[in-house]
Amino acid sequence: MAVLSGTEVEQRPAYPPKNRVRWTASEEASGLALISPTLLYAVALLFLPILIVVAYSFWTQDYLTIDRTFTLQNYRTALGEPIYQDLLLRSLAISLVVSVVTVTVSYPIAWFISFHGGVHKNLWLFLITVPCWTSYLLRVMSWKVILGYGGVMNTGLLSIGIIDKPLTSLLYNSNAVVITLVHSWAAFAILPIFVSLEKVDRSLIEAAHDLGDNKLMSFLRVTLPLSLPGVISAFLIVMIPTVGDYVTPKLVGGKDGVMIATAIQAQFGKGANWPLGAALSVTTMVIVSAMAGLAVLALKLLVRMAK
Amino acid sequence: MPDTPMITIEAVNKFYGIYKALDDVSLDIAAGEFFSLLGPSGCGKTTLLRSIAGFDTPSTGDIRIDGQSVIGTPPNRRPTNMVFQSYAIFPHLDVEENVAYGLKRLKLDAAEERRRVEAALEQVRLGHLGKRRAHELSGGQRQRVALARALVMRPKVLLLDEPLSALDKKLREEMQVELRSLQKAVGITFILVTHDQYEALALSDRIAVMFGGRIAQVATPKEIYQRPTTRQIADFLGGMNFMKARITGETATRLSVETPRFGDVTLDKPLGFNARNGTATIGIRPERLRVLWDDARADFELAGRVVDRHYFGEITHLIVDVPGMEQPLSVSETNNFGADDIPVGDAVRLAYDPDALVALSD
Ligand SMILES: Nc1ncnc2c1ncn2[C@@H]1O[C@H](COP(=O)(O)OP(=O)(O)OP(=O)(O)O)[C@@H](O)[C@H]1O
Ligand SMILES: [Mg+2]
Repeated sequence: MAVLSGTEVEQRPAYPPKNRVRWTASEEASGLALISPTLLYAVALLFLPILIVVAYSFWTQDYLTIDRTFTLQNYRTALGEPIYQDLLLRSLAISLVVSVVTVTVSYPIAWFISFHGGVHKNLWLFLITVPCWTSYLLRVMSWKVILGYGGVMNTGLLSIGIIDKPLTSLLYNSNAVVITLVHSWAAFAILPIFVSLEKVDRSLIEAAHDLGDNKLMSFLRVTLPLSLPGVISAFLIVMIPTVGDYVTPKLVGGKDGVMIATAIQAQFGKGANWPLGAALSVTTMVIVSAMAGLAVLALKLLVRMAK
Repeated sequence: MPDTPMITIEAVNKFYGIYKALDDVSLDIAAGEFFSLLGPSGCGKTTLLRSIAGFDTPSTGDIRIDGQSVIGTPPNRRPTNMVFQSYAIFPHLDVEENVAYGLKRLKLDAAEERRRVEAALEQVRLGHLGKRRAHELSGGQRQRVALARALVMRPKVLLLDEPLSALDKKLREEMQVELRSLQKAVGITFILVTHDQYEALALSDRIAVMFGGRIAQVATPKEIYQRPTTRQIADFLGGMNFMKARITGETATRLSVETPRFGDVTLDKPLGFNARNGTATIGIRPERLRVLWDDARADFELAGRVVDRHYFGEITHLIVDVPGMEQPLSVSETNNFGADDIPVGDAVRLAYDPDALVALSD
C-alpha cells in the first residue's frame, strides 16, 4: 500500500505473496499444459517448414545431390547479383505502393460504412466480400480483360473520344500489377479498419466537437489515432503477402512487372537450385519483416504528430 | 436576476419520426444559475441538453445563448461545454493532454497553456495525476478530468448529463458538494441533467421537472418539494400521501375543500387546476405528519392504528390506518424518540400542520 501526495489515499492491489508454489502447480503451467497439443501442432506447422527453408539456404545443390556443408555463398548471390537486387527492390516497392494505395482506398470505404452505414452496415460488408467469392485467378484474369489492348478500358476511352488509338501502357507493367493487387486485397483491408472504427466510442468524437474541433480536426485527432490498430493490421495484411505474390505479376505484369517470387519459383523449378531459392526466400522474409516494423513505427509517429 | 437570460429556450419541439421527444419546451435560465433538468428516464432531458450543446437540432423553436440564436451553429462554435455521461475521456491521451485538448486550437503560448491546464487540474484536485491515462483512473477521477477539460475552456454555460450517476453513493455525495462549490467558485451557468431528485434538490438554484417531453414545473428546490403543482411531480419528488377532497369554494387563486380527516381548509390553487366532479386531490408529505407521544397535544390531530413499519436507519416509515380515509397514511418519523419501536397494531395519534397540505392538479 502506498500513500500518494494529494488528498486521496490510494490502494494498490495487493501483490501475491512471495513464497511461491512450485511452477508446475501454477496457473500458468496448467494453462500451457492445456493448450500444448494445439500449440505443438501450430509450432510444427509454422516453424518446421521455415526451419527447413533456412537450413537449405546454407547448403549447396549439385544437380540432384544436396551438399550439406555450411556455406554463405547463396546469400552472397542473393544479395550481390544485380538481377536479384533489382527484383527484390521492385517487389518491395510494388508491395509498399500496393499497401499504401489499398489502405488509402479502403479507409474511406470502411469509414463510410461504419459512420454512415445506418442499419445496413452488415449488408454493405457482405457486398464488399462478394468479389472474393470467385477464384483469385479469375479476378486477375478479369483485369486482363479490362486493361487489355482491346479491353473494356481502351474501347470505353476510345468511344468517348478521350484517346484516338488504344493505350498499350495499361497492361503488362507494374501499374497493372498494382491495380490488380489493390483490387484483390481491398476487402481484406476494409474489414480490420472497419472493426477498429466500430470500436471508436462516438461520444469521444462528440467530445472533440464540443471542445472546438471541426469535423476534419476531430477526425485527425480522435478517429484516426483510435483506428490506427486497424490501419496497421490492414497494412500488414496487404504488404506481407503481396511481396511474395506470384500469380499477379505472372499474368498481368509482363516483363516490367516481374517480382521476386518469380525468381524464387524459377530456382525451385527449372533452375534446380533449391538452396539459392531458399536463400532468396529467407532474404525476402527478413527484409519484409524489417519493412513492416518500420512501416508500423512510421504510422505511429505520424499520428503522434497529429496530436 | 439580470435582464437578459443566459439561455432562452422558446417553444422547442423535437420529433424523432412521429415520436415527440420534446413538446413545446420554453425556459429561461439566468447567468450564473445552477439549473437542473429533472425527470424519469426517457422524458427528454438528454435531448434538451444536446439541443443546447448543438448535437441535436430542434425540429421547431429557437434556442438563444447570451442573446444570440444558436440554431444552425455547430457545437464547436457554441459557448457551451459538456460533461458527458460516460465522461468521454480520450483513451489515447493522458490526463493533461485531455485537459489541454480544447486549448490547442486557441494557439496559446506554451507557458499560458500549461498554466491553465494546471489550474484546471488543481481546481478539481487532480494535480498529481496529470500523466495518467484514462484506463488508469477511477470513476470519480475520470469525472473530474471531464469537468476540468470542460471548465478550462471557460464556457459561458457548462452542460452536465447525469455526471454522477455512475458513481457509488458515498462518492456521489462527495462530488455533489464539490460540484456545488465549484459552480460557486467559477460562477458560470451550470445545467445539470439528473433523474435523482435528491441531487437536484441539493444542488440547484432552480429545477425544471420534465415528463414525457414537457416541462411540468420550474421552481426553486424548496418550492418544487413543498408546493408541487401536480400529483405526478409530488410523487416523483419523494413520497406523498394523497386524498380526494370535496371542493366547497373556488376563487382565481384559492381553493376551499372539505377533506376526509384533515378538516376544512383553504389552499393555493395550483397552476392549470381542473376540478373533476367537484373534487380535488390533496397531498401531505409523510414527514409533515408527526407521532404524538404519551399525552402530548397538538392543535391538529388524527388518530389511527399502525399497520406496517419500515426501518431506514435514521428514520422509520409507519403505515397508519386512519378510519374514514381511503388509504392508510405514510408517516416518516425520526428514530430519536423510538419510532422504530412502535409495535405494529398499536394505536397512535398524529399531529399535522394544515399549512403542509397542498392541492394538486391531476
Ligand atoms: N435518435 C433517436 N431516435 C429516436 N428516438 C430517440 C432518439 N434519441 C432519443 N429518442 C427518444 O426520445 C426520448 C427522450 O430521450 P432522452 O435521451 O432525451 O431521454 P432522457 O430523459 O435523457 O432519459 P435517460 O434518463 O434514460 O437518459 C426517449 O423516449 C428516446 O427513446
Ligand atoms: Mg439521458
